[in-house]
Amino acid sequence: MNVIPLSYWDLGIAAGLVLLNALASLVLGLGLTRSLIIAGVRMTVQLALIGLVLVWLFSVQSPWWTLLVASVMLGMAGYEVYARQARRLRGFWAYGLGASSMVLSSVVVTLLALGALVQPEPWYDPRYAVPLLGMILGNTMTGVALGLDTLTTATVRDQAAVEARLALGHPRFDAMRVVVVPALRSGFIPIINSMAAAGVVALPGMMTGQILSGTPPEEAVKYQVLIMFLIAGATGAGVLMAVYGGVLRLTDGRHRLRLDRLKQADQSER
Amino acid sequence: MLRISDFSWHTRHLDLLEVPAGECVVVTGPSGAGKSRLLRAVADLEPSTGLVEAFGAVRDETPAPAWRLQVSYLAATPGWWADTVAPHLTDLAAAAPLFDALGLAADCTTWQVSRLSSGERQRLALVRNLLLEPRVLLLDEPTASLDAETEAAAEQLIRDRLESGACALLVTHDGAQSTRLATRAVVLDAGETRVATL
Repeated sequence: MNVIPLSYWDLGIAAGLVLLNALASLVLGLGLTRSLIIAGVRMTVQLALIGLVLVWLFSVQSPWWTLLVASVMLGMAGYEVYARQARRLRGFWAYGLGASSMVLSSVVVTLLALGALVQPEPWYDPRYAVPLLGMILGNTMTGVALGLDTLTTATVRDQAAVEARLALGHPRFDAMRVVVVPALRSGFIPIINSMAAAGVVALPGMMTGQILSGTPPEEAVKYQVLIMFLIAGATGAGVLMAVYGGVLRLTDGRHRLRLDRLKQADQSER
Repeated sequence: MLRISDFSWHTRHLDLLEVPAGECVVVTGPSGAGKSRLLRAVADLEPSTGLVEAFGAVRDETPAPAWRLQVSYLAATPGWWADTVAPHLTDLAAAAPLFDALGLAADCTTWQVSRLSSGERQRLALVRNLLLEPRVLLLDEPTASLDAETEAAAEQLIRDRLESGACALLVTHDGAQSTRLATRAVVLDAGETRVATL
């Protein structure tokens, strides 16, 4: 494989683009300067660390260490979903609902990919397991976070509509349909857009990376198609679980709307 | 008959209220006293404790959707979930005479909800509830946005339902309306909840 090596100078020039954005934010008073710089630094440090972890993980080839890395990734994804909510369920559910939906959908789909589709030897080979889980989890996280955030925001906004239906004898899932549909839509739209735009508007990152590192384009395309379907499957399952789980928490067995189970997140936490 | 006993909601408690078929009882008290919450609690839209029975059915033993078809709450600010009026109504043919009685045009089912005036919303919401033919009407300021003529028409519809065997709890700030429709009141005073004769 003929990879053109990148110098730190190259990375520095690319980072300059983010600094230009930060400068624009400062001049326009958008309040995004700090977030942009922190996100850029955070990404660099996180990727550098995961690079070191992956070098070591690939060398030890241990199912337990692979499981530990996967667990850390799942835990962090759960926290990111929690942190993105403008309104959160109270107690365990604030973290538990998004995290459990993601874990269940991402892990099942990743195991399907490893066990039945890609079939590496051994099946837990971290060279396949970790990147597969990472890509599936990253997209599922976005879908679940958007779905839950829309659900809670829309339920507060459309409280009168939901309660009108409940008062007219509609069961809770019928009454909540007015907020469930937009929540599911917002959760599904990113992956639908990604699939629709792939190859026409945008060349997906993984495929581009494989081609740049010397993989024949037809192999890279097959991997990308597989990944997109896996991501769509996991995202759909995760969003459905999170949104319908949210409906169960935002209502009770007597078909009442329970907004007392929601609280506004502190601005500083988001 | 609607029978409410040993009933606690919000920060309030009511020992006993019996509303026989044909009677309307008004709920009075200052803003924030818990009048709307009493109606919502009876409809089981918010948690409460105590025994509530309506025409032989016990609230806590009846599935909530079935209970609310019989014990129907009409909010002071009714909600809407579709763009036009028609999807909110269960029976368009049965709604026609109610539209007529309340001075609504026959084609109002095609109207956009977002363009309805508050008076039109209030009348359509009353129609929406009456179409279910509930045995207990829980009415939260149902005529607050109506002119005198339409208010009288709405009161007549309520009277018709009472005469056909329903009963009602009515929240209103209109003292004249109270005496037109009711002879008793649940009074929510500071720290006290009592049933009084008007």
